[in-house]
Amino acid sequence: MLTIDQLSLQLPLYTSWWKRDWATCLDEFSLTVFPGEVHAVVGASGAGKSLLAYAIMDLLPTPARLNGQLYYQGKPLNASRQRQLRGRELALIPQSLSALDPLVRTQRQVTWAALRAGQPSAHAWHASQQALDHYQLDARAQQAYAHELSGGMARRVLTAMAHVSQAKLVIADEPSVGLDPHQRRRVLDALRELADQGKSVILITHDLRHALPIADHVTIMRDGKRVETAPSCAFQGTGSMLLSAYSQALWLALPDNAFAATTTRRVEQEAHVA
Amino acid sequence: MRLIAPIAKRVARLALVLICVALVSYGLMMASPVDPIDAYLGPQMAQVSPEQRALIAQRWGFDESAVVQFGHWLRQLVSGDLGWSHVYNQPVSEVIAQRFQRSIALLGSAWLLSALVGFSLGVMAGAKEGSKLDNIISTYAFITASTPAFWLALLAVLLFSVTLGWTPTCCAGPAGALNQEVTLATRLHHLLLPVATLALLGIASITLHTRTRMLELMRSDVATHAFSQGASRLDVAWRHGLRHASVPAITLAFASLGELFGGSILIEQVFAYPGLGQATVAAGLRSDVPLLLGIALFTALFVSVGNMIADSLYTVIDPRIQPGGL
Repeated sequence: MLTIDQLSLQLPLYTSWWKRDWATCLDEFSLTVFPGEVHAVVGASGAGKSLLAYAIMDLLPTPARLNGQLYYQGKPLNASRQRQLRGRELALIPQSLSALDPLVRTQRQVTWAALRAGQPSAHAWHASQQALDHYQLDARAQQAYAHELSGGMARRVLTAMAHVSQAKLVIADEPSVGLDPHQRRRVLDALRELADQGKSVILITHDLRHALPIADHVTIMRDGKRVETAPSCAFQGTGSMLLSAYSQALWLALPDNAFAATTTRRVEQEAHVA
Repeated sequence: MRLIAPIAKRVARLALVLICVALVSYGLMMASPVDPIDAYLGPQMAQVSPEQRALIAQRWGFDESAVVQFGHWLRQLVSGDLGWSHVYNQPVSEVIAQRFQRSIALLGSAWLLSALVGFSLGVMAGAKEGSKLDNIISTYAFITASTPAFWLALLAVLLFSVTLGWTPTCCAGPAGALNQEVTLATRLHHLLLPVATLALLGIASITLHTRTRMLELMRSDVATHAFSQGASRLDVAWRHGLRHASVPAITLAFASLGELFGGSILIEQVFAYPGLGQATVAAGLRSDVPLLLGIALFTALFVSVGNMIADSLYTVIDPRIQPGGL
């Protein structure tokens, strides 16, 4: 579905007001996403996860240096094709809830998303209502403004906006942040459902625990580089199926796992050696 | 019932503002060197003996304390009597009513024009930062924002009235014509230049503020999300931009009512347009105290009502703003 080949991204950085340096945010990053799978991209904050999403959608700020290739359904994905497919084939569920317009009612915003995806205007209103119903947002929530929604409801509205576009590749940027376990479950299950319909989902998160139950593959990211891509079943036991020490350490650092002093120290040593 | 309470609250607040304005302007009048008796007598001042002056002062109540005088004035004010204007030899309320009818045509059309044009220019400029259109509109707005009103008016008279002869040089109708004989077309013809000058100045600030809000929006998460849905810049500017930019535009449009009023005093002076602004200048120069006080109160009322309208409009546009509070 989507192949990212050796993608590098540099953004300008002003060390002083006359001197411009380039900060490397993505470093020869490669990734392949198949149809019908949830591919989790996991990394600490600042690892370049959101920038990866923006690079795929061509939403980066203008003075950016981008190298490498993107392929979508076998064909190169360049800026003009990105602009053409945005909203129709590619959808982004943004990280920030401030992406919802505070001055517009929920259903109207979802309708706009449907219109932007190229649906006929006669159908868009109906489609938006269906999408919102699908995510269990009742009539009151549909007519509410963004500040009247809870965090979980706002997330589901954002998901509905991606859903209504009928995009084949959905990028979800930190969809589970700040939600209680019940709401999180609901949002993540919605993503899994999209993948089960044959779409591809890239799930960007910093929390490995939340990604594992729904992901097919997990890519661990660190400082703009890919550390390792592993099937999610590799994250079990002592993490011996994982190839890199960083992924193993990340897995073992989870509270449910061998979060004991001895193991952590051992892994740290290994990481040091590696 | 739900409507009555907030309206009553607003009216009470408005009354409070007006009382404060009355108090301050009355105090200023008392402190000013204007002697109402001298102003009333005018050139006949020399023919009046001190005894006669004292008689007038007693008749008008000037021998009483300032507080009592203020009380008298306020009581008359509440009963609807604003006093007698010796400059126009008419009751003050009539002078204000007549003059305001003329001024509202000038002020209203200039205000409407500047709000609508300013807002549209701001949205167009802010939709694409750094585009050619943005540069042209910003340059224009910066230049007109820093232009004094009377200077622009003088230039306009020189160019359009004197050199080109397209518009009349003065007044609200042809010189010597009776009020009833002046047709609507002639009135509009006389209004054209003052309105254009006044509007031109109002446009700049609304354009600049709307543009700033638009730039902010275009960089916001809302716009990025819309772009990710495949929206074009035009789409974002139209659907999201208009809503977001209208809040500062409305604030500014209604807040600028006072400024526009001040501007109209200069413009009416330059174009010799017989509006409220000209009456203010005449009242000030010839020490017409009742008229000055009346105009001060009327202006305060006018601007306060404008702000009240703006306050109620916010709640319509931005659902996060709740009506209420003091």
